Amino acid sequence: MSLSISLTVNGASKVVPIEDPRVTLLDLLRERLVLTGTKKGCDRGQCGACTVLVDGRRINACLALAVSVDGADILTIEGLAKGDRLDPVQAAFIEHDGFQCGFCTPGQIMSATGLIREGEADGDPERVREGMSGNLCRCGAHAGIIEAVLDAQRRVAEQERRIA
Amino acid sequence: MPDTIPFRAQNVRMGSSSGQPLTRRDGFLKVTGAATYAADNHPENLLHAVVAVSTIARGRVASLDVDAAKAHPGVVEVITPANRIPLALDPDVKVGLFGFRIEALQDDRVRYANQPIALVVAETLEAATEGVRLLAPRYDVEQTRISFGDGEAFEPVAVAFGSPPVAAVGDLGAGLAAASHRVEASYVTPAQYHNAMEPHAMVASWDGDRLTLDTPNQAIVLSRAAFAAYFGIPAENVLLRSPFLGGGFGSKAIMNGPYILCILAARMLGRPVKMVLPRAQMFGPVGHRGATRQTLRLGTDADGRLTALEHDAVATTSSFDDFLEPAANASLNLYASPTIVARHHGLRLDIGTPGPMRAPGEASGSAALESAMDEAALACGLDPLEFRLRNYAENDPASGKPFSAKSLRECYAQGAEAFGWAGRALEPCRMRDEAGQLVGWGMGSAIFHAPMFQAEARATLRADGTALVETAGADMGQGAWTALAQIAADGLGLDIDKIEFRSGSSDLPDGGVAGGSGHTATAGSALHNAGTDVISKLTELAVNDRDSPLFGAGNAGVDARHGRLYHRDDEARSESYQSILARAGLTNLEGNGRGGRDPASAEQRAMFSHGAVFAEVKVDPDLGQVKATRLVGAFAAGRIINPKLARSQLYGGMIWGISFALHEEALHDRRTGRPMNADLAGYHIPVHADIPDMEVLLIDEVDPYVNGLGIKGVGEIGITGTVGAIANAIWHATGVRARRFPIRIEDIIVG
Ligand code: FES
Ligand code: FES
Repeated sequence: MSLSISLTVNGASKVVPIEDPRVTLLDLLRERLVLTGTKKGCDRGQCGACTVLVDGRRINACLALAVSVDGADILTIEGLAKGDRLDPVQAAFIEHDGFQCGFCTPGQIMSATGLIREGEADGDPERVREGMSGNLCRCGAHAGIIEAVLDAQRRVAEQERRIA
Repeated sequence: MPDTIPFRAQNVRMGSSSGQPLTRRDGFLKVTGAATYAADNHPENLLHAVVAVSTIARGRVASLDVDAAKAHPGVVEVITPANRIPLALDPDVKVGLFGFRIEALQDDRVRYANQPIALVVAETLEAATEGVRLLAPRYDVEQTRISFGDGEAFEPVAVAFGSPPVAAVGDLGAGLAAASHRVEASYVTPAQYHNAMEPHAMVASWDGDRLTLDTPNQAIVLSRAAFAAYFGIPAENVLLRSPFLGGGFGSKAIMNGPYILCILAARMLGRPVKMVLPRAQMFGPVGHRGATRQTLRLGTDADGRLTALEHDAVATTSSFDDFLEPAANASLNLYASPTIVARHHGLRLDIGTPGPMRAPGEASGSAALESAMDEAALACGLDPLEFRLRNYAENDPASGKPFSAKSLRECYAQGAEAFGWAGRALEPCRMRDEAGQLVGWGMGSAIFHAPMFQAEARATLRADGTALVETAGADMGQGAWTALAQIAADGLGLDIDKIEFRSGSSDLPDGGVAGGSGHTATAGSALHNAGTDVISKLTELAVNDRDSPLFGAGNAGVDARHGRLYHRDDEARSESYQSILARAGLTNLEGNGRGGRDPASAEQRAMFSHGAVFAEVKVDPDLGQVKATRLVGAFAAGRIINPKLARSQLYGGMIWGISFALHEEALHDRRTGRPMNADLAGYHIPVHADIPDMEVLLIDEVDPYVNGLGIKGVGEIGITGTVGAIANAIWHATGVRARRFPIRIEDIIVG
């Protein structure tokens, strides 16, 4: 069987041949497109390490078959920074030490990016904690992560105010 | 002992980098997805391997449908005991300091559930995964022993890595007889699995008899030798790269079967092979914290002083190896008592061999000890903190030696102050919040030994005034890339932006072990010594050179900072490193250093970090649901190189404490011996919503004996104290004393 799908990944459009319909979006990114920033922690939708944005919504890439995202616009951790200029969420994670080993970090940052865009948790630590609870961190970097998300929310809001 | 740094009963003066709360030097790589973990490597011509694991816990593999698996498109090879090439070493022989008996398809025996029974190698991950399914194993099943009730008891010759199973001081019988109050209680702790977010992973490639391994590893140079031994090649033939580990917690310091099978497949097939363990396989062949049942007997006199402390632990292990959680040893060094007995018994189960997991022994032992101390305080009618102060150990109770430094009193005082402990009611069930939830406060003492391993480092000062510093250190999240560079910068008298740090690869000087919370102390000492070695050579050049402003200053007469040497008596006389090198016609200047414990100081002093943890919990009075709502930890661990990262480590440890107290537990099916919750949905660890308000206080401590730099460690101590503090807070909220971990709703409601 030979299929191909078209995708926009981090702004670049791609046509990807898929010789095997079992390939997940996560494995497509990691093993075929060699975008290895997105991590696999469980392959079961239980850890959030594989979080990416598909058409602006956060999803677990391990739970989506690649063929099911034909035509989608995908944003991964590699697509957040503009060259050396970090996005506010990334910068806040560094400043607040929102990671230790860094393995859950791409998922945490993409999830935070999605959460901020959803605009449902503005400035409320409890709701941020709830909204980030699909992203596990075994190192215990939670305190820094939540501070970073709250700070990034503020920065993004300021940016938007300035633009508006 | 040339292997150790010279002993000075005084810390060296450090420069401007140490002590700074710098952000992580690897931060940019980690937030952009550019940090490469083992599974991110993609050599040309790569094959994918998936391990087939047993679904029974004891017996034999009777058949595997190898033909079906091989017939699946994309499958290249199926490796079983029938066709695997021989290893240079029997997998049942242990290699090196952290050797374990492993399963590398040596026969058809099954010794535990999730044991490797075959390896399928294919062109794609999907094909290898399907190949494993098609193997459809059949077994000859034997009766499984998986619980305390049906294991095989034995008296061990050692616990952990060679520690004595029994330690005793004083006359226990006399101590108990002299007591006016006696408390006896048993506590159960479950099997826990490390579950680093990064599963164990490896990419192995052979080039003739040279082997390259990309794999997360906490003991890079040591492991290189162990891998080499299985394949009968010299250690130098192995290049092990481990720049980033996605967490380790002990499981990535030790050998395991899947790694050997991955390397073996690459050898058999002549192509690079990638193997990443599925999450379910993290519950089996890669170690765990063994379950324990601990019984404590405490005797106290009328003043609330301990007259006896007995800690007896049954620790579980596998049917074929011997690692035992040294839980009872948690009672040896913390509280003063005329008699202390710590004793371990072994129990064999059909389970993978346990291994060291974040604070091995201390975590489970502290959970029991701190709970028992709370029970004893109650029996004496004393506040738990006051009770601990009355039993404060001025010298190490086990050895009688003085402590190298101990600031536990300050930890108690500052922690209690920050938490607002004063005025806590002695009796339980006295506090409710505005929503009617039961509120309780508890506390526990934290302690962790301050070991050092052996490490080496090299520093090379370059003509342009920058330096390259090198050691095969391991950063599994603790911040080695940053903290070690800070120490190296100070050793060289350079600003940190002048330091290029190479680490995480086995072709560098041996960085020792990232374990035992001793990595910063050990590798840091080596790096600092390498730096000072360079500086003394540089000084030598300058003070003997007539053209240098430092001429004649004498070797002890200069200070090195910000890339210049300064005359100690006359600051106006100074010279930059660049010009000293230039005049000497040198393009670089190399120094070497070692780190390790000074045996004389170890002989004379007991070395520990200390802390105090205070916890608040809220319990739903009808549903028994518990939430930790506030945690304050105050810790004294010698010199803190980077307070930002140290705080993160301590938070992490305390969150492991929450997890131990309230969440994590591997459940095994009694009939089959299989873990029933071998995934991250069933095996609970705290999520963001479970994390309370937390505060960490770093208590100043100068430890002049622990090592020249005065560094202890902060990676593991946070879990100790915290588990007990939460259990004690639950008692204070509810009046129910839960004695098994994790503490469950039913314990509270029925209790
Ligand atoms: S890898 Fe997708 S949720 Fe864990
Ligand atoms: S930083 Fe290691 S798992 Fe989150």
